[in-house]
Amino acid sequence: MRSYDSCCNKDRIMLIKSRNDGFIHPVASEITPQGIYTQRRELIRLMATGAAGAALATWAMRDARAQTMTARPGKLTALVAAKSTVSGATTVEKVTEYKDAAGYNNFYEFGTDKSDPARNAHTLQTSPWTVAIEGLVKKPGNYALEDLTKLSAQEERIYRLRCVEGWSMVIPWVGYSLSELIKKVEPLSSAKYVEFVTLADRKTMPYVSTHVLDWPYVEGLRMDEAMHPLTLLTFGMYGEILPKQNGAPLRLVVPWKYGFKSGKSLVKIRFTDKEPMTAWHQAAPQEYGFYSNVNPNVDHPRWSQARERRIGEDGLFSQKRKTLMFNGYEAQVGQLYAGMDLKKYY
Amino acid sequence: MNRFLLSPFAKPLLLAACLLPCAFLIYAATADQLGANPAEALVRSTGDWTLRFLCLVLAVTPLRVQAGLPSLARFRRMLGLLVYFYVLLHLLCYSWFDMGFELQDIARDITKRPFILVGFAAFVLLTPLAATSFNRAIRWLRASRWQVLHRLVYGVAVLGVLHFFWMRASKNNLAEVMVYAGILGILLAWRLWRRLTVRRA
Repeated sequence: MRSYDSCCNKDRIMLIKSRNDGFIHPVASEITPQGIYTQRRELIRLMATGAAGAALATWAMRDARAQTMTARPGKLTALVAAKSTVSGATTVEKVTEYKDAAGYNNFYEFGTDKSDPARNAHTLQTSPWTVAIEGLVKKPGNYALEDLTKLSAQEERIYRLRCVEGWSMVIPWVGYSLSELIKKVEPLSSAKYVEFVTLADRKTMPYVSTHVLDWPYVEGLRMDEAMHPLTLLTFGMYGEILPKQNGAPLRLVVPWKYGFKSGKSLVKIRFTDKEPMTAWHQAAPQEYGFYSNVNPNVDHPRWSQARERRIGEDGLFSQKRKTLMFNGYEAQVGQLYAGMDLKKYY
Repeated sequence: MNRFLLSPFAKPLLLAACLLPCAFLIYAATADQLGANPAEALVRSTGDWTLRFLCLVLAVTPLRVQAGLPSLARFRRMLGLLVYFYVLLHLLCYSWFDMGFELQDIARDITKRPFILVGFAAFVLLTPLAATSFNRAIRWLRASRWQVLHRLVYGVAVLGVLHFFWMRASKNNLAEVMVYAGILGILLAWRLWRRLTVRRA
């Protein structure tokens, strides 16, 4: 380990010398991301042309922000995003490895085993893609994915994801608050709920021909939940567009609710005055309610929700960690449910 | 076939083969080959193997009679003990990886959740069978009483499938449950059919 240190700071024994090429690789967090690197080049160019004064301040700010951005896995198209300023939107917990987040999925249209979606979802056609906006809304219509992507600035949101099955991850999503879209399409005052319909295509989704659930998979939120800034219309993760098994090309992420509330591969967003019948509630009403907020005090009939296993982090032999009320987003979303009996509205 | 079954190597060979799943799971767990959620993988696969060995041990008598291979009976006790071995592993994985050996939590889980209760009941019912599997126990109990006691395994089969069914219920994804229910159903139906026909004869 210390053999190279003749020229280096002797205290920095963390540097790793590769056995093969003799190169000294810094730890991943010390590698300058390409985006920052090109920004620095740009800055030097600006300095040379004398325009640096104003640019310097914004660059310094961007630099500070971008340093915390998640490293890209380099598998899919990059999706540039700024760090979010929304309260609670950026947890500092250790981010789950990309291979786990993109390899351990519940996406029943592609199979019921958690390794099935990564294996089967390659058939999904994500382009062209449109989302129908329907129901009690002033500006209904079909919105193309390209327009939706550009509708508002993309942000990185590092959220905890708690699955109803008792495991969790930390995922850096890319998207913007769903409220941005809702404001643009102007729902009528009679609209009380938002229904999310996901793709159900027999040709490209092998399990849509089975009766595992009543397809298409439908989810829903109350209007105030949908308008909450943490509710994310999501186009990417880990700085890239969404992998197909994670719900490409766009999905919902509602971090204080169990994962199944966040529909994948959305094709329709409908504004309604009635509580939508959601897919899991229809399949097993006594097990899955409309709200399905993460709640350690309300057990699933078949297992406890008090604890969870953080994928890739909590080892086989370590105690599972305690599940937090509203998945740790109580400060942000608790007031949405003030006075509600959360045992009754599970 | 009969000669092979009677050879002194047959039993150790079968035992080694039956311990392969366990060896694989231990290897996979230590080599990080169990995917993103190794705890879940271990609990589920030990449960799967318990059901598989239950099918195997209950297939011994029907196969022995229908295929005319009396020497198959030699393997019945060992297969029965393997069911117990895998159910113990299953219980151990659940208690350890799912419940962190919190005995109070486990006790609460058993009383609160029907699907856990049913699985635990199946384990409890298997315990006296494993405990009376050696020759002296058979002599001590007398063969007829021993045989009555060991009919508990039919109840264990029903509870085991119910346990699996309840775990999968609500997901309309019961194909695998149906395979086990079908196999065990046929094996139990064969016994019923034989009882009725032999008595009439």
